[in-house]
Amino acid sequence: MSQQMEAAAVQRSDWFDIADIDQIVPGTGAAARLGKAQVAIFNTRDGIFAVQNHDPFSGANVLSRGIVGDIGGRLVVASPVYKQHFCLRSGECLEDGSVRLQTFAVTVRDSRVWIAAGE
Amino acid sequence: MQTKQLVVIGNGMVGQRFLEELVAMDQDFQITVFCEEPCPAYDRVQLSSWFSGATDEDLALTDLAFFERHGVRLIIGEAAATIDRAERKVSGNKGTVVDYDVLVLASGSYPFVPPIPGHDREACFVYRTLEDLRQIKAAAEGCRRGVVIGGGLLGLEAAKALKDLGLTTDVIEFAPQLMAVQLDARGGQLLREKIEALGVNVHTSKATQRIEAGDKARHRLVFADGELETDMVVFSAGIRPQDKLARDCGLTIGDRGGVVIDDHCMTSDPAIFAIGEVALWQSRIFGLVAPGYDMARKLAGHLCDQGEPFSGADMSTKLKLLGVEVGSIGDAHGNTEGSRVCVVEDSIKGFYKKLVINQDATRLLGAVLVGDTSDYDMLLQYALNGLDLPESPVSLILPSDNKPVLGVDALPAQAQICSCNNVSKGALCQAIESGCMTIGALKTETRASATCGGCATLVKQVLDAELKRRGVEVNDHICEHFAYSRQGLYHLVRVNKIRSFDELLESHGTGRGCDICKPAVASILASCWNDYVLDPKHVGLQDTNDNFLANLQKDGSYSVVPRIPGGEITPEKLLVLGQVAQKYDLYTKITGGQRVDLFGARVEQLPLIWRDLVDAGFESGHAYGKALRTVKSCVGSTWCRYGVQDSVSMAIYVEERYRGLRSPHKLKMAVSGCTRECAEAQSKDVGVIATEKGWNLYVCGNGGMRPRHAELFASDLDDETLIRYIDRFLMFYIRTADRLQRTSIWRDNLEGGLEYLQDVIINDSLGIAAELEAQMQGVIDTYVCEWKRTIEDPVALQRFRPFLNDDNPDEQIVYVRERGQKRPARAEEKDKVELVEVV
Ligand code: SRM
Ligand SMILES: Cc1cc2nc3c(=O)[nH]c(=O)nc-3n(C[C@H](O)[C@H](O)[C@H](O)COP(=O)(O)OP(=O)(O)OC[C@H]3O[C@@H](n4cnc5c(N)ncnc54)[C@H](O)[C@@H]3O)c2cc1C
Ligand code: SF4
Ligand code: FES
Repeated sequence: MSQQMEAAAVQRSDWFDIADIDQIVPGTGAAARLGKAQVAIFNTRDGIFAVQNHDPFSGANVLSRGIVGDIGGRLVVASPVYKQHFCLRSGECLEDGSVRLQTFAVTVRDSRVWIAAGE
Repeated sequence: MQTKQLVVIGNGMVGQRFLEELVAMDQDFQITVFCEEPCPAYDRVQLSSWFSGATDEDLALTDLAFFERHGVRLIIGEAAATIDRAERKVSGNKGTVVDYDVLVLASGSYPFVPPIPGHDREACFVYRTLEDLRQIKAAAEGCRRGVVIGGGLLGLEAAKALKDLGLTTDVIEFAPQLMAVQLDARGGQLLREKIEALGVNVHTSKATQRIEAGDKARHRLVFADGELETDMVVFSAGIRPQDKLARDCGLTIGDRGGVVIDDHCMTSDPAIFAIGEVALWQSRIFGLVAPGYDMARKLAGHLCDQGEPFSGADMSTKLKLLGVEVGSIGDAHGNTEGSRVCVVEDSIKGFYKKLVINQDATRLLGAVLVGDTSDYDMLLQYALNGLDLPESPVSLILPSDNKPVLGVDALPAQAQICSCNNVSKGALCQAIESGCMTIGALKTETRASATCGGCATLVKQVLDAELKRRGVEVNDHICEHFAYSRQGLYHLVRVNKIRSFDELLESHGTGRGCDICKPAVASILASCWNDYVLDPKHVGLQDTNDNFLANLQKDGSYSVVPRIPGGEITPEKLLVLGQVAQKYDLYTKITGGQRVDLFGARVEQLPLIWRDLVDAGFESGHAYGKALRTVKSCVGSTWCRYGVQDSVSMAIYVEERYRGLRSPHKLKMAVSGCTRECAEAQSKDVGVIATEKGWNLYVCGNGGMRPRHAELFASDLDDETLIRYIDRFLMFYIRTADRLQRTSIWRDNLEGGLEYLQDVIINDSLGIAAELEAQMQGVIDTYVCEWKRTIEDPVALQRFRPFLNDDNPDEQIVYVRERGQKRPARAEEKDKVELVEVV
């Protein structure tokens, strides 16, 4: 997400204060609630990312517990259940192009993690 | 035209190969096979491996489906009894009568039993069929001493079997030396010394005159110059062609037996052919399988009008007898006129090598190798292909680092690489060309190395050389982030004392890592340094289950498996398990590993459950880790009327010793209290079976997707040696295996096989035994229960909250009840809770 879009989104004031960034161990993910939705938030060397926590293949809410890394240069999380890889930036599933996760805008302000809805 | 009736008598190694060759051709025979043995063809060459754990199925060369698929009628368990050549009929000994147009005798040979008085007493056996082995094994239980009559190749194999069965073993040879056919006197002498050093007693120039009842043992063997008492006798005094049927119907038979055949395997009756060990070609019987296979191929071709003649065969052999390497090539005795010899003998290192060379020292005619056969493959190629010998032929057998190398590149395309299956270098190259890039693929395609396995090294060399020539790089990189194999990474971590993934990535990798390399490195780090796996610098590397120290279930909940060492549990602890399960409403099941699994725990419940379990004295069972799982035990000598050792105590000791040990894949062990094997130790990575004298150690078995029987690794060990071997074995596996490679697959890929492994672990051939033991001790000394540590670690505990911003559990984990316990609701049972757009 570009700086501009981020700024625009913040102005729409639909951002939610989730937690202290310290609560997500670097290199791992954690789950959060966003209204009735569950979001998986990842604290990586390349920044912070958020996708839906729901794993479309197993039906369980577990993506936050997957291993993060990169495959062919794309940042991904691997489902802990059946190991499909999802792009952290686009939500796209590398193994099955027809599946895409919902992604969320996310930012860190004063060491607090904030999340917004939408692409 | 009417289909011709083809009848085969005998479904041994050669008969079976003949069928395979024939059905692969364009032919139209109606085939019937008389198979005297109770099962279709099996691998007689590997027969002895039955004693070290190979099963009937492992040895099978075919199955009933083969016969069905090709419309071949197989008459199992019925021997052909008569041949009526006038009527062209074969009658079986159970009444079956079959007409033939073409008859193939593939009845092999039978062991010769010298007609000495008493040869038919009880517990006197021969060594030829699976049935023979079964009888020997059964009889061995009540025996202490066994004698093999006959010191040839098969006799020594039988001696090894008796020794492995725990008998004091003697070999009686009529001739003045062992293996008189293949070795010269000096070679035979060295072989004898080596075998005696292994504890087998050898008696040469001894003729047994009679066998009678003994005083201290069942039998007494009486010689001209003495006697010997024994409980069991195995005759291995040579083989005789099984030619009775042919004799009875008047076919031409050689003076010393064998059905006479011509170059097309045809007997004196043009409708009858003979192949394999029953056939006599130019007054020779070939007692090896390779010439028989060659006859089978040539005959199949001949019957389909593509006849190439049979032109004799090479009788060279390379063997390991009782652990002693022996090789014999061509004219080993130097019978060729004018031949000369070069001999190298080293009585300190214990080897003897002899070359037999033609008069002008340009060609190799034969060789004898005892104690070291590393030059065999090369020498055989010189002999078979008539290659020019180097200036100084003896340099070929001198122990030296700059010995003239005969690279596979130097071999002509027609050079025979696999003699059992007559595969040339050219044929291998062709198969590689058509896409066989692995040993396995080559083996399936060409059969090279599929019989005695003696040519495996050479086949691999041809493959490697070809791949290299084609510029194919054999890549064993673990993933795109590290240009190393798992073994390479292990080495880097160990040698450079690397303590974290980031450190390793920075120094030796690229990118960010992935779900392949991260857990693999986590496992290596744990095997080397045994740091806490949920430490912030390791937690992001852990695979699904290690990540929360529990097994993830399909609905996102977890299961909990506390360790129950050896499967022994007090009633008090059993009650605690029940109480904890009740308190958290966990589905409870007894596992296949002698413990209890509690299912349906939500992530935030895990620390609470474990606090209760740890308080009651339970520890993590590592059901989630690529680590030691369970050590299964049977009840053993404490209660069982048959037990000879305390298997429960040993199982508990072993489980507590190796608990928490992270490895390339999971590890399972078992300890049985006697040979009845109720703990199924032979299906484990490490299996221990009690004997009267100690413990037998088995390794590299598993159940699961591709079951493999464990192999006997060492016998009658005391407690201390047993543990020392297991320490070394496990650490060597951890050091060298690939990612997610269980001990079975690792072992199958280990060059040199079981013997190599024994050499490394028992004889310390790599000089690393002390290091392996020290590394194991390091892991043992640093063990702490991961769950005990976790429930006391506030930082680690934070990760068990269901949500960063909410402590209410995931409402989408829904259960229904069945048979009095909960189970995950199926999709249709769940209230459909859709992922809702935010706000
Ligand atoms: C619970 C249990 C089944 C049961 O209810 O009895 C079980 C359950 C699982 N087994 Fe197993 N296996 C269980 C005994 C076995 C056995 C029998 C035994 O150990 O005596 C075998 C065959 C023996 C063997 O391993 O050689 C067995 C062969 C496998 C395999 C195939 C391994 C292979 O090499 O082919 C897998 C898959 C794997 O590990 O990659 C597997 C994997 C699994 C996993 C971990 C699958 C997964 O990733 O979710 C299951 C986890 C269940 C859980 O959440 O606890 N399980 N599994 C047994 C636990 C034993 C224990 O106390 O720890
Ligand atoms: C322990 C051992 C180790 C060996 N090691 C090696 C080795 O390392 N290398 C090597 O090259 N060779 C080895 N051999 C020899 C090899 O096994 C034989 O050369 C090979 O099996 C010969 O094949 P065949 O089909 O001619 O005979 P067999 O394999 O003996 O088959 C003949 C079959 O015909 C059956 N039969 C006989 N008469 C009748 C009848 N009337 N009706 C129906 N069926 C009948 C027999 O029951 C038998 O099943 C070894 C042999 C043994 C016993
Ligand atoms: S057999 Fe399959 S389904 Fe059953 S417990 Fe093992 S892994 Fe799970
Ligand atoms: S030489 Fe026996 S399998 Fe190749």
